[in-house]
Amino acid sequence: MSEYDVVIVGGGPAGLAAAIAAKTSGCDDVLLIERDRILGGILNQCIHDGFGLHRFNEALSGPEYAARFIDQLRSLSIPTMQSSIVLDLSTKDGKPSLLVSRLGELVKISAKSVVLSMGCRERPRGALAIPGHRPSGVYTAGAAQNLINLENIMPGKRAVILGSGDIGLIMARRMTLEGAKVESVFEVLPWSSGLPRNIQQCLVDYDIPLYLSTTVVDIVGMKRLEGVKVAEVDKDRKQIPGTERFVPCDTLLLSVGLIPENELARGAGIAMSPITGGPLVDDTCMTSAPGVFSCGNALHVHDLVDWVSEEAERAGRSAAVYAGGKKTGSEKKTVQVRPGAGVRYVMPDHLVGDDAILAFRVLVPARNGKVQLVSRGVDGEKVIKEETHARLHPAEMIRIRVLPSEVSALGAGDVLEVRVP
Amino acid sequence: MLYDVLIIGAGVIGCAIARELSKYSVKIGVVEKEPDVSFGTSSRNSAVLHSGINYLPGTGRAELDVKGNAMMDELCASLKVPLKRIGKLTVALKEEDLPGLYKQKNQGEANGTPGMELMDNDKMRTIQPGIEGILGLWTPTSAIISSFGLTIALAENAKANGVDFHLNSEVTAIEKGEDALTVVTSDGKRYSSRVVINSAGLHCDEVSAMAGFVGAKIWSCRGEYYVLDKRLNGSLKTLIYPVPGPNDPGLGIHLTPTVDGNILIGPSAAYITDPKESREDYRATHEIMEDLKREGLRLLPDLSASDFIRNFSGNRPKQTPPEKGGNADFTIEDVSEKVAPGKKIGFIHLLGMESPGLTSSPAIALKVKGMVEKHVALSPRTDFIAERPGFTGTFSELPLEQRMDLIRTEPEYGEIFCRCEQITKKEIRDAIENPMSVRTMSSIKYRARAMMGRCQGGFCVPRIVRMLRDEYGFNPEDYFVRKDAPMFAGRVRESARGGVSK
Repeated sequence: MSEYDVVIVGGGPAGLAAAIAAKTSGCDDVLLIERDRILGGILNQCIHDGFGLHRFNEALSGPEYAARFIDQLRSLSIPTMQSSIVLDLSTKDGKPSLLVSRLGELVKISAKSVVLSMGCRERPRGALAIPGHRPSGVYTAGAAQNLINLENIMPGKRAVILGSGDIGLIMARRMTLEGAKVESVFEVLPWSSGLPRNIQQCLVDYDIPLYLSTTVVDIVGMKRLEGVKVAEVDKDRKQIPGTERFVPCDTLLLSVGLIPENELARGAGIAMSPITGGPLVDDTCMTSAPGVFSCGNALHVHDLVDWVSEEAERAGRSAAVYAGGKKTGSEKKTVQVRPGAGVRYVMPDHLVGDDAILAFRVLVPARNGKVQLVSRGVDGEKVIKEETHARLHPAEMIRIRVLPSEVSALGAGDVLEVRVP
Repeated sequence: MLYDVLIIGAGVIGCAIARELSKYSVKIGVVEKEPDVSFGTSSRNSAVLHSGINYLPGTGRAELDVKGNAMMDELCASLKVPLKRIGKLTVALKEEDLPGLYKQKNQGEANGTPGMELMDNDKMRTIQPGIEGILGLWTPTSAIISSFGLTIALAENAKANGVDFHLNSEVTAIEKGEDALTVVTSDGKRYSSRVVINSAGLHCDEVSAMAGFVGAKIWSCRGEYYVLDKRLNGSLKTLIYPVPGPNDPGLGIHLTPTVDGNILIGPSAAYITDPKESREDYRATHEIMEDLKREGLRLLPDLSASDFIRNFSGNRPKQTPPEKGGNADFTIEDVSEKVAPGKKIGFIHLLGMESPGLTSSPAIALKVKGMVEKHVALSPRTDFIAERPGFTGTFSELPLEQRMDLIRTEPEYGEIFCRCEQITKKEIRDAIENPMSVRTMSSIKYRARAMMGRCQGGFCVPRIVRMLRDEYGFNPEDYFVRKDAPMFAGRVRESARGGVSK
């Protein structure tokens, strides 16, 4: 059994930033475990640009963004185990230990603290319950991106994209650039699930139509995909009779949501949020298991990698502090954070420190919408902050900084609520 | 090629017959239209071994089911096929169900079903906590099995004992000679044999018609299923079935745990009546998917949407027409005299091999062996290999110490290819290098269980694709999910890999 102070699980953008932060905040004994052959995670297949606008004020490609962190990781001499997968996380007796499998060995590793940064996976077809056949030619958008950008394999020539998530939009453009005909993008919601800049740059600029409130209701083809039947849906997502039409295609790409990857957290009995699919954490990113931290898309699905890196740095710093035997938060009080009206979820679940960034998503789009931060305690309800946002959209994560003065004004047992009145 | 015995159809029954006959000194061939064995009904079912309570006493189904069930422990142990004797509770929910339940018990007694016991609700709850129902019939020999695992194992073992498998070979004609039938296949090949066994499942009536047999008719009756996530593994301790109605074409929609830890909801029963629709149309329909979801939520109230990871369908080859419903008995007949009167030719067909065809398969093989013996002398071989190498189940289920040991000798057991099911590169390699030499993605899936987990191949497919390219020389056009179902359109750029093109 080898022992480390901090073990980071996952070498994508979150794990890289967490490892660097753990090391630079004073922990000398950091190990990063990555299941793939190379570091960088999903960024390796994201060859389009637009990464790092906030963090570096530059529009980098995915591999370029990852390279900045990998270079820093190497210059800090942080050891990595690549092509290595963590099969099990145990937190028995408050001591995290991991079972790691790789070519030629199955080893146990113990740690003083662990950062879970495994990212997320795509929602597969099964979860959508689309009737029809099971032909070849149905891929998740990310799988198609992997095939085209990393394996030089073209999945098909005539594509329909279901779901307007960012990867679907990026892939509409990518397929077009590589000579495929992208018929349409269909989105079951009355609004797009992708960033506005991607709608413009990936669909509008290439004359690819986006049909909202429309979904695939049947998949046709007993061998290779022959086409899909689509239909419009009402506000309850029920199919509107008479709107059905057939769209011939040999490829259907699914971009219908991402699921945080948390088999390890669940296996360790860590408390999970049914909304985000990630662990419930405090503002230091610590989960219900002492010494186990979570960040990045494994915690909640982000739309921008810049905020993944920022969140992961917080987790990495906290893991280093914990491994050093210190408390990660104040002992004074715990403040619960809750989503109020119009808000799907707020991250973190509760505050133990004096200074935090609340990240949240709204339920429906709005222009010039107000966002309120409300404290609720024995003295009743008080609006402690109000902001107006030019654009509120479910596809975009919104962040509010809570200042130390605002936190100190809260009493123990108070609830902090974010709402869109 | 002249065979003593030629079997048409490599489902579980065709493969069981091939394996049984391979114990004797005869030349055996199998022709199969699909690229692999177990691509039809044999891999698309509840994968349950039935105890024998459902069948009318005196029928072939009753006799062969009970006999086949009793043969399975030994067979599965030698072939390394996962089998779990978890038993079954047939549950009467209300007074009106009781006559049906007693009928099942009486049938079981007449058929020789071992170990039956009637249980009140308290007793049932010692087996399945929280179960509702006024009276239950416990049948301990009911079991779950890997149905494709069994079929593949039978085929591999038959092949190891010298049986020839001709895959991708659809029978297009059967010609009669003086002392042999000649089976012509879609690739133009001709296989002559003294005895032909038609175990062509959904198409056995068509095959018998090619041989000149008049009057067989098969209806395809689709059953849809939902597969539930392994999160629920362990919540179902036993098989739980409702009491079937007298005219139900199946055993009713129910929950079935699988040997791999998933739960199946299904099957529905809907005849394919449109003559334009293929008998092998395995579609999922909106109405039935909704029904199955509703039924699943009724039986397991804490199910969430993400627990429904996939659906699939399987089609039953039925002899009873849609307007009649219910089941007919198996038809296992030597019809040589009708097909080739007065000639030294054997023709045996197996019609309507629906449930309990899987359970009965080893007993059916014995019965067919008896029929073959009337045409061909069967002398036992001394060099028959009864065992299949390897271990039962998946690597991830082995104890930790054993896994660590195996990784030391086979390093690729350490490399995880499928994250959801923890399938290793060694298991993928074994699946790719299978004895049947089949390399479709479905073949790899059935052998290694990759792509069957909750991410449905999102993680492992790119890895398997890369491995097939780098280590087995696959070009993009070489990847197929099934027959005529190519995965890819080609390369993105021909020049991208040093100008390689094909």
